[in-house]
Amino acid sequence: MEETLKIIVLVKHVPDAQFDRHLGGADNTTDRSESILSELDEYALEAALQLIEARGGEAAGNKVIALSMGPAGAVNAVKKSLQIGATEGVHLSDAALAGSDAAATSLALAAAVRHLGADTPADLVLTGMASTDGETSLVPAQLAERLGLPQVTFASSLALDGGKLTARRDGGTHADTVEADLPALVSVTDQINEPRYPNFKGIMAAKKKTITTLTLADIGVDPAHVGLAGSWTAVDAAEPRPPRTAGTIITDEGDAGIRLVEFLAAQKLL
Amino acid sequence: MAKVLVFIDTPGEALKKASLELLTIARSLGEPAVAFNGELQDGVAAALGEYGAQALYRPSAAELDDYLVGPKASYLAAAVQDSGASVVLVENSAEGKEIAARLGIKLGAGVITDVVAVDPDGTAHKSVLAGSYMTTARATTPVAVLTVKPNSVTPEPAVTGTAPQPATVEVPETATAASARVTARSDKPASGRPELSEARIVVAGGRGVDGNFGPLEDLADALGAAIGASRAATDAGWIGHDAQIGQTGKTVSPQLYISAGISGAIQQKAGMQTAKVIVAVNKDAESPVFEIADFGIVGDLFEVLPQATEEILKRKG
Repeated sequence: MEETLKIIVLVKHVPDAQFDRHLGGADNTTDRSESILSELDEYALEAALQLIEARGGEAAGNKVIALSMGPAGAVNAVKKSLQIGATEGVHLSDAALAGSDAAATSLALAAAVRHLGADTPADLVLTGMASTDGETSLVPAQLAERLGLPQVTFASSLALDGGKLTARRDGGTHADTVEADLPALVSVTDQINEPRYPNFKGIMAAKKKTITTLTLADIGVDPAHVGLAGSWTAVDAAEPRPPRTAGTIITDEGDAGIRLVEFLAAQKLL
Repeated sequence: MAKVLVFIDTPGEALKKASLELLTIARSLGEPAVAFNGELQDGVAAALGEYGAQALYRPSAAELDDYLVGPKASYLAAAVQDSGASVVLVENSAEGKEIAARLGIKLGAGVITDVVAVDPDGTAHKSVLAGSYMTTARATTPVAVLTVKPNSVTPEPAVTGTAPQPATVEVPETATAASARVTARSDKPASGRPELSEARIVVAGGRGVDGNFGPLEDLADALGAAIGASRAATDAGWIGHDAQIGQTGKTVSPQLYISAGISGAIQQKAGMQTAKVIVAVNKDAESPVFEIADFGIVGDLFEVLPQATEEILKRKG
């Protein structure tokens, strides 16, 4: 009999990349009013579900907890995760978190992960390969550092064997097979699986699942250590880049290749 | 004068252009020092001197490369202590950012990624939301860790060269304890083309190449360019996932980006819209890519690209 698994998946609500995205407010933070579950987090959730299903799923005592940090709207990422198949949802929400940078975000998430592991520690913390908004990609590594966990990022495959994980990572010049002891933090790429869609049964089942809301007080974090005041970086100014404008458009009349080279020569790009 | 520590990781026989850029930026901020990892070859040591490195640090442990990220961050943290650096510059690669991330927590230092310029006072300029905004950011901590994108400055050797003596930095024995180990590594065949995220010119193909990157490769080789692709092309399996440019792939800002058979949906635009000059070739005159192209050709890429390649080769003689 294998041990049961407890996996925490970090999910994020992000501005929909299909639309224009904006920075705003006095602190130049991202406007999340048109937000969805980050597409890249769906791969992490799918990976978690496949791992527990291989061990008999929820019925055998395995658990996938979807954890999201953010204002009221962030709960939508948790709800969507429950519809897809997460066992339970946790929404970390506190007004003092607004404006947190990666260091402050990872501090709060680390406290939440510890809180959720108070009785049985999580075996795995899973994340997507990046958020599609802030794009700093710092939070998973900083969370791993704060929790003292090995990190395996950009995994394109992931397998568990006893207290160990094996993953494949594809780099530009080489591919690595890596191994780490559990517990560990893993971020997965969009190559690892095909995420499932929520079906009717999942959507109905999600209505019965629990979403726990945690505040900073619940997880023992001093509000002064997060938010803008607790951040180690500050954004002093944000300027929208002037939109690109269309240049010369021609229709090929048999000489477009030569005209292309003439354009490159005129731009001193040859 | 501020001490600026530049991390240079296993360069092999020659320093990458991105490392030369970091050394050039380090000199503009203060006194450059280098935290080196890997085998230090003579040519590389000479280049560090030409670029004005005042101090050179090497780790006491040789096997940092057998682990992911963690031990390198521990080494750098120790090197920051030894050197008294107040700014750390790291390459903006995925691994570079993760090393910077863990280093930041170890030092209690603010980390700023995707930096494209640094003012002498340490204020960093970066592009966010896929290049749609430029922000000015700074670390509010005693030490700042910055990861700098390639092609941010022109590398320039120092006016006066140096010959720094290597000093050993003790890597804590605990550094490898909670880290993932690399158990096997397979090198991919080298294409002979420049690395995509550093390339001065990128030729990228999408759905319209219909499985045949041949004409794009010929043009890329005539121009000394790297090959990129849209997600449609990598998902179709026509080219490796490493070549993907866009929201879920790489972000590039080359001098010249030639887009062939790519419609230019917003996810693809996110990866290339900071290119200096954009050229687009597409059969469909309504493709969104023409809204941002400096020079657009409505035509068949299988006609236009070979003709352009031939013309370039003719001009080169």
